[in-house]
Amino acid sequence: MTDFLDQLFVRAKEWLLSLLAGFPDWVLQIASSLINIFTLLGVFLTLFALMSVLERKILGRIQNRYGPNRVGPFGLLQPVADGIKMLIKEDIVPARADKVVHFLAPILIAAGAILALGVIPYGRNMTPFSIDGGVLFFFAVGSTTELAVFMAGWGSNNKFSMLGAMRAIAQMISYELPLLITVLPVVMVVSSLTPDAIVSAQGGYTFGVVPRWFVFTPWGFAAFILFFVSGLVESNRTPFDVPEGESEIVAGHMTEYSGFKYATFFLAEYLGMFAVSGLAVTLFLGGWHAPFSFFEFVPSYFWFFMKLSILLFVYVWVRGTLPRTRADQMMNFAWKFMLPMAFTCVVAAAVWHYTGRGLRGWLWSLVVVAIVYVTLSILLDTRRKFAPRVYRFAE
Amino acid sequence: MTPTLQIFLIISAALFAIGLLAALSRHHAIFILIGIEMMLAAANLNFIAFWRFGPQAPQPVGVMIAIFSIAIAAAEWTVGLAMVIAVYRHFRTTNVDQLNQLKG
Amino acid sequence: MSIIACILVAIFTLAAALAAATLQKLMHAALCFAATFIGIAAFFFLLGAEFVGLVQVFVYIGAVAVLIVFTILLTRRDVDRDRGFKWSGVIVATAVFGGLIWAILNTHPLLIAPPPVQPLTVKQIGNALMTNYVWPLLCVGVLLTAALIGSLILVMEEKR
Repeated sequence: MTDFLDQLFVRAKEWLLSLLAGFPDWVLQIASSLINIFTLLGVFLTLFALMSVLERKILGRIQNRYGPNRVGPFGLLQPVADGIKMLIKEDIVPARADKVVHFLAPILIAAGAILALGVIPYGRNMTPFSIDGGVLFFFAVGSTTELAVFMAGWGSNNKFSMLGAMRAIAQMISYELPLLITVLPVVMVVSSLTPDAIVSAQGGYTFGVVPRWFVFTPWGFAAFILFFVSGLVESNRTPFDVPEGESEIVAGHMTEYSGFKYATFFLAEYLGMFAVSGLAVTLFLGGWHAPFSFFEFVPSYFWFFMKLSILLFVYVWVRGTLPRTRADQMMNFAWKFMLPMAFTCVVAAAVWHYTGRGLRGWLWSLVVVAIVYVTLSILLDTRRKFAPRVYRFAE
Repeated sequence: MTPTLQIFLIISAALFAIGLLAALSRHHAIFILIGIEMMLAAANLNFIAFWRFGPQAPQPVGVMIAIFSIAIAAAEWTVGLAMVIAVYRHFRTTNVDQLNQLKG
Repeated sequence: MSIIACILVAIFTLAAALAAATLQKLMHAALCFAATFIGIAAFFFLLGAEFVGLVQVFVYIGAVAVLIVFTILLTRRDVDRDRGFKWSGVIVATAVFGGLIWAILNTHPLLIAPPPVQPLTVKQIGNALMTNYVWPLLCVGVLLTAALIGSLILVMEEKR
């Protein structure tokens, strides 16, 4: 029974494919891919719709108000209303814009986000696109986002768009380094780039209680925090939404977009957020493994989406709590703190591996991470640089 | 029907010719870099094709050469584009035909 | 590895390459250049070298294309048009293409079918990089560092 529930969707797909039994091989292959693609799109578009309303409701609660509650029960039909509104809006393309580039940018940005979702294992035997270098694939398609953002900014022929695009690319490039380097320790320890192998390496429980997720090792914890912060930046979320800060540059690279193209950007942002959180779950939070051994009867995909929704809630929580950072502070943080800490994680993972992956390794890698963290905190301490504020008035 | 090695070589030759065209007949420095890069990519394609169609060696030599050539191309681009920017700052042009002075 | 996929990818790649070489607007050319490299990565996938294809996309689309568009923006004065086109280049390129095609078509041993696929795993590549190719790897690391420092020095503002 447990096994049946766990493999429910895999069985369903096999049954669907068995209907096509007589056809040649390539038809089956295409059908299998199509099933994967449509399931993926269906699940994540639903999640996007849900997320867009839940985010507003949670933000509302954080700000001591109700949030959307007019359309449908508890306001849950709000995304439908939003979608209809977006669809019937006029699509305005600026007269001096580069029409082709302006048109292609939202498509490219959404395509990259959707492709990145494909390599994440959502459950036991449930990887839509299982490829040998899955993690590399994720980052390869994720890196097209920068070009798409640039196309949006340049194609709009608007100063706000261009400025926003420049800011976006600057921060994306800066934070892509820590994002990539924090993945390295996991890849090193598992010695594989395949997400499935990374997940299965995190199975089992230490002392029968604590799951062997990488987040429970010192280097894994540090890397997870760094990865999460970099993910916040990569998906342009508050507190790192400098490129689209409403109070400064309208909407950044999306200024000249309207109607459904704007909705596509919005969609891509959320899908990118899901993808980065999904990868964080895969790399550090044990993928689809259950947190306790006595919970293993619950289907694997349930655990994956549970962890994913916790991470997404943290995203919203951070958005509702923190103010926007300044662009230069963000760059300083990336180059002076995140990058050295990311390299430290690599070293700490190596120490953990060579001191036997046990309690001793745990303590030694904790020592490495702690030393670098304390040193960096002392070096980057800015408190004493602040003097009493001097007010200057126009005379 | 599966493609033979010849098809890949023809494609690679065409890519090389297009790269040569870009490198020889444009005036802008960035176009010349793009042309050179296409020629390099054509060579990479050849390496991979010969690796795939050749006898299976224990070491994937063709793949290795392609990986190293991509890494070196990245270094080439950083220096090349930095030079374009430096030249532009000095001469206020990126047209290589106008860069005909040795005096800086 | 079907011939249809091969020809489709070839048409895409060569069209994008031709556009990158001949388009007037620099920015369009740079974007077509990115498209060309996606096509070449698709070829690598077809040929079974997935890792190289992924590295290609990662390096060229994620880094080089962004660098190019940044450079185009920084050297903005003649960003709009690049009118000059030397027709002598066309003659040379056609001649080279003709020569290469003649050589390829007259070499009959090239008409071979691919041997059965042995999937090349990332692990194999990693092992090779860490054993037989460790010196080239270190040299590439030094080269990249040198390139990084060199380009920084090149674009540094001169102090008067």
